[in-house]
Amino acid sequence: MNTTLQDLGISSGDVILEISYLIAAVLFVFGLKLMSHPESAKKGNLWAGGGMVLAMITTLFLHRDADGSTIGMTNVVVIVIAIAVGSVLGAIIARRIKMTAMPQLVSFFNATGGAASALVALMEYSNPENTSALVTLLGLIIGTIAFSGSMIAYGKLDGKVGDIFAGWVKYFNVALLLIIAALTTYMLVVDLDPGMQTLLSYILLALALVYGVMFVMPIGGADMPVVISLLNALTGIAAAMAGFIYHNQAMILGGIFVGSAGAILTLLMTKAMNRSLLNVIVGAFGGGGAGIDKEHGSIKEITLSDAAVLLSYSQNVVIVPGYGLAVAQAQYACNDLVKLLEGKGVEVKFAIHPVAGRMPGHMNVLLAEADVPYTKLVEMDDINPDMPNTDVTIVIGANDVVNPAALDDPSSPIYGMPIINAHESKNIIVMKRGMGKGYAGIENFLFFNNKTRMLFGNAKDSIQALVSEIKEL
Amino acid sequence: MEDFLVYFYQNKETIFVIVLSIFLGVEVISNVPSVLHTPLMSGANAISGVIIIGGIILLGHTDLSSGISLNLILGIFAVIFGTLNVVGGFVVTDRMLDMFKKKKKK
Repeated sequence: MNTTLQDLGISSGDVILEISYLIAAVLFVFGLKLMSHPESAKKGNLWAGGGMVLAMITTLFLHRDADGSTIGMTNVVVIVIAIAVGSVLGAIIARRIKMTAMPQLVSFFNATGGAASALVALMEYSNPENTSALVTLLGLIIGTIAFSGSMIAYGKLDGKVGDIFAGWVKYFNVALLLIIAALTTYMLVVDLDPGMQTLLSYILLALALVYGVMFVMPIGGADMPVVISLLNALTGIAAAMAGFIYHNQAMILGGIFVGSAGAILTLLMTKAMNRSLLNVIVGAFGGGGAGIDKEHGSIKEITLSDAAVLLSYSQNVVIVPGYGLAVAQAQYACNDLVKLLEGKGVEVKFAIHPVAGRMPGHMNVLLAEADVPYTKLVEMDDINPDMPNTDVTIVIGANDVVNPAALDDPSSPIYGMPIINAHESKNIIVMKRGMGKGYAGIENFLFFNNKTRMLFGNAKDSIQALVSEIKEL
Repeated sequence: MEDFLVYFYQNKETIFVIVLSIFLGVEVISNVPSVLHTPLMSGANAISGVIIIGGIILLGHTDLSSGISLNLILGIFAVIFGTLNVVGGFVVTDRMLDMFKKKKKK
């Protein structure tokens, strides 16, 4: 005998809902897969977005709770209004923000996702029908950490929040994590009355908020892309936890998929820096390493006209961009320089360090904005063999990623991190605002190299002056 | 121990989905050129807005007859935040990718 839908106690709507989730899940995966090629990336983004809209609409009209009732009309209106508010806000923020503020923006949207997960988990915890207390609490903790951590990352990238490098933060964080673990265990093992349950879940929320703040606070500089990617992964995992509560496969697949993708991206970056993830989280950058008192050359400046001549009569030039390029918004000026030099028959390439900038691939986006063809952007491992044959390397606002101390000074905090071997090229021009140390606070011996000439000033002004100087030659 | 076994058995499909999704994420992300790391991260970020489904379910089944409750307010915020993540995430990613596309025409 055939089984009917009625035998299973479900309606055709339930089946359609599940099918729509399946389609959404496939669209997420395909979308992200398409996004791994420049040609198809835009289509991929659209597909993933389409999957999300589909799942939202079918959930709104077809979802039934345990009693079998669908979402009431008044609720639908409230939800649609909330979605409309979120959509308008999201679209405005995403459209208005300057491209240079992109890392902040990604962090901010990641924070909202974490907050949504935390809120859902918070409310589901007091729901007596929810049987997955462990998963709910994990979702609450992870979502909250992703939220407060991302907000701090946002503040740091926006220059609103400073760094705390104090040594006690390390111990404070470990202690806090232990307290969170202990409280969670207590809440799972002991039978609590509802009032107590609610109280403890709010305390847990508060602790996780503080942890998120303190976890990101000491991290800075070259570690920022790693932490942003990690927080991204956490948001995905928090969403998957909520999916577990609702037995919703689209949420689970989407969340875990994003979580593992984010985790891989994080590991790829820590690998590129030759450090462990633990080292990034616990052993914050800052201080240490060789002092300036060691024997070294002296700083030598270069005049604009000398730089112009040097560049014009070179055969090949490599530009190493860093965060300073982004701060000075010098990407357009930079592209002008490239075009000008190419007009003179100079071959120009960009050397992109995996952690240059403040988010993964930051330099790529920045230069793409200024219309630099992505074929000109060469990754570290591919460009390093060519460095000894390079006539001039221009370092623009980069510091730690070209610091030779990473190769030969075991006492340096960045020892072991692969760098772009700018010091191997025949000439080096370093554009820098002043003699301040890099974000990591480490002395850079490249600047004292005999082949190095410094061009002080705002990167954009320097490049523009250089462009007009070359034109006058 | 028995609790664990029961839990595993009752949730075996979900656990399968989780484990396979992990491999899927690794597979899809590996070998991506670093040019696309930012848009990819941003796109993945938008997908993590899938929590919006949870927000809709939650707010959808919140009892509205008793007027404005804490749950209602929190639910509304959950949906707004989730939507921000989804819409903002996809729009930003689209903007980033626009920049890569421009050069193709030239």
